[in-house]
Order: sequence, then C-alpha cells, then structure tokens
Amino acid sequence: MTGLTVSPSVPRKRRSNWQLLMANRLAAAGLFLFGFIALLAILAPVLPLPNPDITDQPNRLLPPLSDGHLLGTDHLGRDILARLIWGTQISLIVGISATALAAIFGSLIGLVAGYMRGATDTVLMRFVDMLMAFPYILLAIAIVAALGPGLLNALYAIAIVNIPFFARNIRGVTVSVRNREFVEAARLSGKSHPAILFTEVLPNVLPVIVITMSTTVGWMILETAGLSFLGLGAQPPTADLGSMLGQARAQLFTAPHASIIPGVMIFALVMSINLLGDGVRDVLDPRLRSGALDRPMAVTKIRRKAKPAPTIENAPSLVVEHLTTGFDDGGHLTPAVKGISFRLDKGECLGLIGESGSGKSVTALSLMGLVASPPGLITDGAVYIDGRDVLGLREQELIALRGARVSYVFQDPLTTLHPLYRVGEQVAEAILAHQAVGKSAAKTRAIALMETVGIRDAAERSRAYPHELSGGQRQRIGIAMALANDPDIIIADEPTTALDVTVQARILDLLQNLRRERGLALLLITHDFGVVAQVCDRVAVMKNGEIVEQGVTDTILRDPQHDYTKRLIACVPELGEGQRFLARVRPLFEEAGA
Amino acid sequence: MTGPAVQMRDLVKTFGGGRGLFGREASTVQAVRGISLDLKRGETLGVVGESGSGKSTLARMLVGLEKPSSGTMLIDGRPWEDLARSGTRAFGRTIQYVFQDPVASLNPRKTIGEILDVPLKLLCGYENTKRRARKRELVDAVQMPLDTLERYPHEFSGGQAQRIAIARALAAEASILVLDEPVSALDVSVQAQVLLLLQDLRNSLGLSYLFISHDLAVVESISDRVAVMYLGEVVEVAPAAQLFAAPQHEYTRTLIASAPRLETAESPA
Amino acid sequence: MTAYIGKRLLAAIPVIIGLSIIVFLVMKLIPGDPAQALLGSYATPENVERINRALGLDRSWPEQYVIWVGNLLHGDFGRSYILNRPVLDEVLERFSATLILAGAALLICSVLGILAGIVSAVRQFGWTDRIVTFFVLIGISMPAFFLGLVFILFFAVRWRLLPASGMYAVYGGGDLPDLVNHLILPAGTLAIVATGVVARLTRAAMLEVLRQDFIRTARAKGLKEGVVIYRHAFRAALVSVIPVIGIQAGFVLGGAVYIETVFQWPGLGQMLVKAVSTRDLLLVQGGVLVAATVYVLVNLLADVAQAMLDPRLKA
Repeated sequence: MTGLTVSPSVPRKRRSNWQLLMANRLAAAGLFLFGFIALLAILAPVLPLPNPDITDQPNRLLPPLSDGHLLGTDHLGRDILARLIWGTQISLIVGISATALAAIFGSLIGLVAGYMRGATDTVLMRFVDMLMAFPYILLAIAIVAALGPGLLNALYAIAIVNIPFFARNIRGVTVSVRNREFVEAARLSGKSHPAILFTEVLPNVLPVIVITMSTTVGWMILETAGLSFLGLGAQPPTADLGSMLGQARAQLFTAPHASIIPGVMIFALVMSINLLGDGVRDVLDPRLRSGALDRPMAVTKIRRKAKPAPTIENAPSLVVEHLTTGFDDGGHLTPAVKGISFRLDKGECLGLIGESGSGKSVTALSLMGLVASPPGLITDGAVYIDGRDVLGLREQELIALRGARVSYVFQDPLTTLHPLYRVGEQVAEAILAHQAVGKSAAKTRAIALMETVGIRDAAERSRAYPHELSGGQRQRIGIAMALANDPDIIIADEPTTALDVTVQARILDLLQNLRRERGLALLLITHDFGVVAQVCDRVAVMKNGEIVEQGVTDTILRDPQHDYTKRLIACVPELGEGQRFLARVRPLFEEAGA
Repeated sequence: MTGPAVQMRDLVKTFGGGRGLFGREASTVQAVRGISLDLKRGETLGVVGESGSGKSTLARMLVGLEKPSSGTMLIDGRPWEDLARSGTRAFGRTIQYVFQDPVASLNPRKTIGEILDVPLKLLCGYENTKRRARKRELVDAVQMPLDTLERYPHEFSGGQAQRIAIARALAAEASILVLDEPVSALDVSVQAQVLLLLQDLRNSLGLSYLFISHDLAVVESISDRVAVMYLGEVVEVAPAAQLFAAPQHEYTRTLIASAPRLETAESPA
Repeated sequence: MTAYIGKRLLAAIPVIIGLSIIVFLVMKLIPGDPAQALLGSYATPENVERINRALGLDRSWPEQYVIWVGNLLHGDFGRSYILNRPVLDEVLERFSATLILAGAALLICSVLGILAGIVSAVRQFGWTDRIVTFFVLIGISMPAFFLGLVFILFFAVRWRLLPASGMYAVYGGGDLPDLVNHLILPAGTLAIVATGVVARLTRAAMLEVLRQDFIRTARAKGLKEGVVIYRHAFRAALVSVIPVIGIQAGFVLGGAVYIETVFQWPGLGQMLVKAVSTRDLLLVQGGVLVAATVYVLVNLLADVAQAMLDPRLKA
C-alpha cells in the first residue's frame, strides 16, 4: 500500500547470482585478478622457482629482469619472485583463516545475542563493546605483545580484533529477522529455540555473513601484512608480503624495487578482493538488485512519444489525459498506469479507488512528477493544471507549482514528516518555499494553520518533533502543510489508512470542512469504498493501471456497470449486515470457480 | 465435551517495570487490565478494538507467546501454567495462531512443503508417508493447488499466503484458533474469500475461533458474539447482531458511528 | 541535553573499567615469569620471591587488579625499565605527537569524505561518482605503510618537496609552518584510507535517505532541489555518518602505528612498536590504556553530537 512499491508483479526471468556477478564488469575483473593471484600462490610448490630462502650475498639487490632473477634479488640476494609467490600464499592463508575465525565466532555471538535478547544479549554485547572500545590495531598490538611476535599470533590478534565487527553486524540482522512473524510461527509449530535459531534464522542471516566476510577479507589481509611490516607477524626466514616490504624498507632509496614489488602485490590482491567483495554484496543485497538505492531525481523522468497541446481552453482545475507511467527496469518497461484520463472541477472531490497494484498511487504521484525515478518513467499523456500542461514545464516551473497550486497529503505521517525538524518549522518551511515573508511571520502563520486543522495549544505543539505526536495529530500537521499556500488542489494519497477508525472519521470531517470553506478540489486516493461514499462527489475505479469506470459516487455505488466494480462493491461488508454478508458473497466466488 | 474452549479470568498484562541498572523503576504499561471472557466451543468470538486496546497482547498470551502478569486461563480445560510448563508443543497442539501479515509469517527461504512439515512432525508426530498425505489434504482444504507445496512464499499473493498460513495452523490439529487481524492486510475481494474459507473450515472441522480485528463490519460478518476492547479492558460483550443494533457502551457507539459506510451522505440510509 | 551527557558519561565508566580489565588480563597472558625476565641472570629463587612480593605478584589476580587500578588512579603507570623513565611521562609526551597526526587525519577524512560522499550520491552514476568511487576503492585497498613509502620516494626523495621524516626540522624550524610541513605527508597518507571509508558510507547513507518518504514530502512542498538535498537529506544522513567518524577516530589512532613507523613520527605508535620488540610491557600497557580511553571519550563526543542532531535518541 505504500506509494512507491506498487507495481504489478509481472514475472520476469531471474538471472542467476553467477550471471549477475559476471555482468558486473568490475567484479568480474576482480574475480579474474584474484583467481590468477590465488592460482599462482597455490601452484607455488610446483612452479620452477628457486628456493626463496637461499641467500646469495654477491648477487644482492639485483634489479628486475636480471639474469635468472625476473624480479631481481633482495638485500640478502634472495630471489624476489620466489619470495613474492610464497609470501602471497602465506598472506592469503593467514588473511582467509583470520576472516574465517572472526566470522565463525563473531557470527555465533551475534546470532545468540540477537536471538536470546535480554541478559545474554547484554552480557555478550557489553563484552563486544569492550573489544570495540580499543582503537582497532592497538588491541592487536597488545595481544601480539602478550603472545609474542609470530605469524600465528598475528593471525589470532587480527581475528579477535575483528570479532566485534561481525558480532555487531550479525546481531543487528538477527534481531530484525527474529522479530519477523515466521519465527513465532515456528515456535507455535513446535520448534525448539536452537532449532529455530539454526534452521529458521540462520538461513536468513547467512547472506549478511557472506557479505561481511567478502568485504572484510581484504582488510584482514592488509592488517596481517601490516603487523608483519612492523616486525610483529611473520618472523625470518618465513616471509609474507608485509614482512618482505618491512625488510626492504631499509634499502628504499638504493633499491626501491624490493619494496615496491611486494607493496604492489598487496595492493593488487586486496583490490581484487574488494572488487569481488563489492560485486558479491551487490548480488546478495536485494535492495541493490532492485535499484531501491538509486538516487531519485527531483522530477520524474518524462519521455513522451507525442507532445500534447501545451494548453487547453476553458479547462477545469485538473485535466489528466492519457497519462501513462511505468517503471524502467534496465530497458524493460513495466507499466503501472496505462493511459488514464479524468478531470477534477474546482471545489470537487474525486475518489480514485482500487486494490493494491491498481496504479492509483502512481497516478497520484505522476501528476506533479513525484514518482521516484529511476525507475519511474512517464511515457505518454498530459496533466493540465488550469489548462497548462505541467509535464511540459521546465523542472523549476514544475517545482514552483508543487505545494503552491497543488499540494499533497500522504499516507503514513510518521514516515512522511522529517524526523529531525520540529513540526512548526516544517509547516513554516512550506510557506517560505513559495511566499516572500520573514521567518517569524512564517512561524506565526504556521501556528495559525495548525489551529485551523484543529491542533490545540498550537503554539506549544509547533515545537514538538513528529515522534512526540499521535498519529492523528501528525496527519493534521500533514494537512496544515498542504494548506500552507492556499492551493487549488489537494491530492490525498490514502490519508487515513494508517489511522484508527475514530481518528479517521475526524480527519475525514476536517478535510471535508476545509474543502467546503476554501473551495478546494480534492483528489482522494483510497482502497476503501466507505471513505469514498462519505467524502467523494465522483469516483473513478482503477484496476491494473486503467480506469474501468467513473461517475457520480452515488450512482456508481448503487448501480455499478462494470463487472469489476460490481464485485468490488459486493465484497465490502456492511455494518449491521452480520453473517448475511458471507451468504451474500458466496455465490460470487462459486460461479467464478474458485 | 465440557466447559468452554477458553476461559479467561481477571487477566492482566503489564509491560516494562522491574528495575533498571541503577535501581530506578522503569515505567510500566498496562496493556491488558483484568479481562474475563469465555470462548465457547464451536463459537466465533470477535474481539474488536483500536490500536493500543490490548487485543493483540490478549491473543499472544492465549497462545503462550506472552506470559500473563496475573489472572487465570483455562485452554481446552487445561490451566495455562500447565501448558506453559510442558513447553510450546503442548500449546501448539491445543491452540493455534494466525498472524496478521501472512507474508512475514512464512520463512522466505523455505518451501511451503517444508513449512507445513514442521507442525505435522513435531506436534502430531506423524511419520513420513502420513505427513505427505496430510500436507496434500491441508493444501486442498484451503483451496490451493497441489504444486503449492514445492513453491516458496514470495511466489504467492497476500491472500494465497494467508491461506497457507491457515493451513499451517490447521496442521497442528488444534481445535482452537486465534486469528489476529487475519484479513486486514488483504484487498476487499480477497478478504471476502478468506472469510468464507474460515467460515467453511470452522463448520466442517468444528473449530472455535477468537477473531481479532479493528474492522467492525468484518468482525460482525463472521462472529457469533463480539467483545469490544478499549484501553486494555473489555467494555462490552454481546451477540453480534445485538451489539450493532443496540450498543450499550459509549465507546461502542463512537466506534460504530465512526465506521465509514457505503451509503453516501445524500442517499437515504 | 545535560542529563543526556551525564548519562553517557556514566555509561562510559564501565567501558573504561572493562578496558582496564582486558588490558590487565592480556598482560597476564604473557608466558614466563616477569620476575625471572626482569632479573635475568640474577634470578636466584630468593631474588625472584623478593621481586614478586615487591611487585605484588604473590597475591590473587583480583587483588593485583585492584592494586594496579589504584596505582593508575594515582598516575602511577609504573616505570619503563628500558627507558628508565615513568611510563606515564613517556606516554603523554608521545601521545601529544600522535594526537596532532591523528587529529589532522581525522579532520581531513571527515571533511573530504563527507563532501565526496555527498557529491557522489547526488551525481550517482555520473562521472564525479565514478572518480570518487575509483579513488575510494584505491584508498581502501592500499596498504598505508606502502603508500607512505611511495610518497617518501616521490615527494621527499625525487621531487624534494616535503620532508620525509620527523616532526620538526633538526636544525632551526620548530614553529608552526615547520610542523605543518612535516605533517602533510604522514597525515595525508593516514587520512586516505579513512577518507575512502567515510565517503563510501556517506554516499550509502545519502542514497538511503533520498529514498525515504519524507524526502518525497519535501519535494511535494515545492522545495528547491538544493534545499531537499542539503537541508533534508544530508541532515538525516549525518545522523548515521557521525558514528562512522567516531569509529574512524579509532582507525586513525591505530593506523598511526604504521605511519609513525614509516615517517619516523615521534608518537605513541612508534613507541608501542619499539616497546613490543623490546618487551617493555608496562609501556605497551600504559600506551594502549591511554589511547583506548581517549578513543572512548571521542566516541562519547560522537554519541552526544548524534543526539543533538536527532531528538529521537535523547529519549
């Protein structure tokens, strides 16, 4: 029912995760680079390499491309290529092991804490907080200091330091999964807590664990290399990439290649892993896949096949002609509104009614170009406000109309008001956006508006934040904001759906009174025939992005012409009808062969 | 059978309270304040109320998801504490629950077959072949096609998902069902179908329903009796027809007056 | 607000106590007998026992802990037997150098990271976004210690633009311009990784917020796009960016270890590395404790700043 997610679920061919990953060129490049490096490291024992630990003083610090030493030799005359490949193997093994350890223990802590909550949660997370309270690498240094320098100790230190990161991430996800109803449903189906944790919760948390691992493994390789660089990790003669760099540093000025080669290798390795990790994250995070994190433009993208007349004569307040809006999903257009037309006279109330997915909210948002785009796209039609096609206006002109001539009231006032500004400021902001008045004048007017919409102690309430108000009061603020610039048209998108019936009745009364007093035209989007019956002069019934029937409310309710409308009205239970309702609707579904 | 399906006496549920870390008393909310109600066998008892009326808390206590602060409950003749002591399985066999949001109540990573398998195995203790047969019966009972069992929850619409959730509740073979806003998330035409299904199932299986909703007309259409809840108390209980024809309590009257009706302002009521 | 700050301060006390317990326990993990290590060849049984008694090592761990904390509270962090100097004096002197380095890096990464993140989000998929994303990727994949060496090689050795090491020039200098001159390379290197992280998370936070319902409301009011982005979206995104900056404070404090080693910056990190290799454990202990306490306080500041921005958090 939320405005943005309404889209008829046209089944599309889903690409497999692997195909998605390969379609991401950077991730694919990362995978190939990583695969190449890993292959070299794995093949180290069988490659024709000289022994990496054999010193050869006379041939020390040979430059790259020397005879027999492709990448030259280091300060003890050891072959850099051999040391590089063996060092890469060690760095990889250590980094991956540290990630695995941190992931296993961190995830376990996170899962248990998030699922059990209460005292277990507090104790575990306090412990994790303690570990997190150390500046990242300093704790690792303290641990290495205690255990003594060495590769294995560095591995433990890095793993321990990263446990809190996993624990926190996984706990957060576990808490949100645990609060979903299927967990309680599994309880009522007789599952024990451990069974629920590992068979119901874990499968839902697993993608996050994989994402976290793929995005941290590069970091862990970097950190273990860092400890070795400082001389706290791998001890001679064993060398990982970090210690190679650390030892070569003394000859930085005379033989920079000995430092640069291992440094570039660390960089290439970590970069390839990060590219791959980002790709994995993008594939596994459903929000990224659906484009839900694309930045929406100020105005819906408009790409109309034909240019409609820019103005029409003697027009009523609002004329919508053949409006067509869809969602562009990488070249594939899913239609949501399919060429609908309607008009709204001055002072009139038109109800736009339909079930979820009918396109009614998309219609409402299309009128002022508020459909989020990407992926929203208006492909046809015109919207005339006072006879002028607003979809043909320049962006600035359209924005200037919003909230001035045409304003909106949205569904859930808790999410539609800005959580960090006082409600009075938010109303005043609407005034300041369109009128040349001072700040204090706007404030006074905002308080007056709040009184108009029936908020008691408006001056005091104007200093409240949205979360401090009740649902009904918040919606009154939404209405006050819509009234701020004396608009001609208010578009109300399910304005009472989130409210209790008693509150709904009062809000509908308020809208009705304001409309009569101010001669406002009201476009009311709803799924509730009862609301339409109470408020609307005319009604348009939407189904699958089309208007199947429109006319005077009374007539349509009493004598619907279209089958869909008939059925829809018949399915509304009437108060006082009692159990006769079910007897009445039964034939409807039996003849349909349900 | 003797006695009501559910008997509640002076039920109270308080949230919060206890002592904080520094010994301060945390603020408390009384969600349910002394409710006494009976659900008769084979009856549908509607519970109607607005947000914050405590109706969901009441439902969650009945199925053992919350522990009452005080008061007594007999479920199918057994004290609540007995059921609680013998673990969730005892609850599951006696009383089942249908959630408001059908999509959220199905694990997105399990097939419907796997979801239905759990209560059949853990609550009924059926072996493999019997479970397979029962799953087919259940899917059929909620008027869904057989291939439903191999599919995942996201492949179904809200109405279909709610049918599946009802099938899961039926799988436990409990005779008492608590339905918490089972049709609120559905479109009207789907809502009517689910209500019909619920009525048919009750008649054919002899179930008792506690049907919770904020929608007066929906409650009235399926209930034998209706209880009106307001701020944690039951302010009025009456047979459905009587309650809507002659409401006794002030709040009931306000509720009925606020409900939007199909008659338009101009048309004769 | 004061009440909130008070509450957060109170909550920080158990964290700091916890820190001290962890440090204490880590030091207890050390294999071998400290008295033995201290005495070396003088470790006759009588001497060992005398030292143990003198250091309180014959008591139970909880007792030792209480005595140790008592000493800490009196400013007695012990004595570094390698430097032959009170630990606290050495740590504070070194830490002020680290604070200059880490503070500069934190400032750079916050300002640049947030700016880059906003631009990147607002111009999503545009060329600015691509450039920022590219640099972010290089930043988070580049080992700071390697980048430092490369910088030295080019800026100090090849082009002779900036000094390669130290905090002040050995002869002359010692004034602010001299300090800044010495600070540019190490602080820049240290900031690069953190800038990448901040930019990345700012971008993500902005994109998340720009999809919220209240942004649509702001647009429906007819606000100009700039107002929508900076007044509405950025303000809301900042709430989730501030804790990230708090965490970055820890990363730069830790990363300073590498940078100080590479650039010979006379800070805490360099001291710690030396202390670990000489097994001067009291020095390690003191250094880690002081740095961790400062980090806890920085995060407390971040919490308070976040609550000032978001009234919902004060409840």
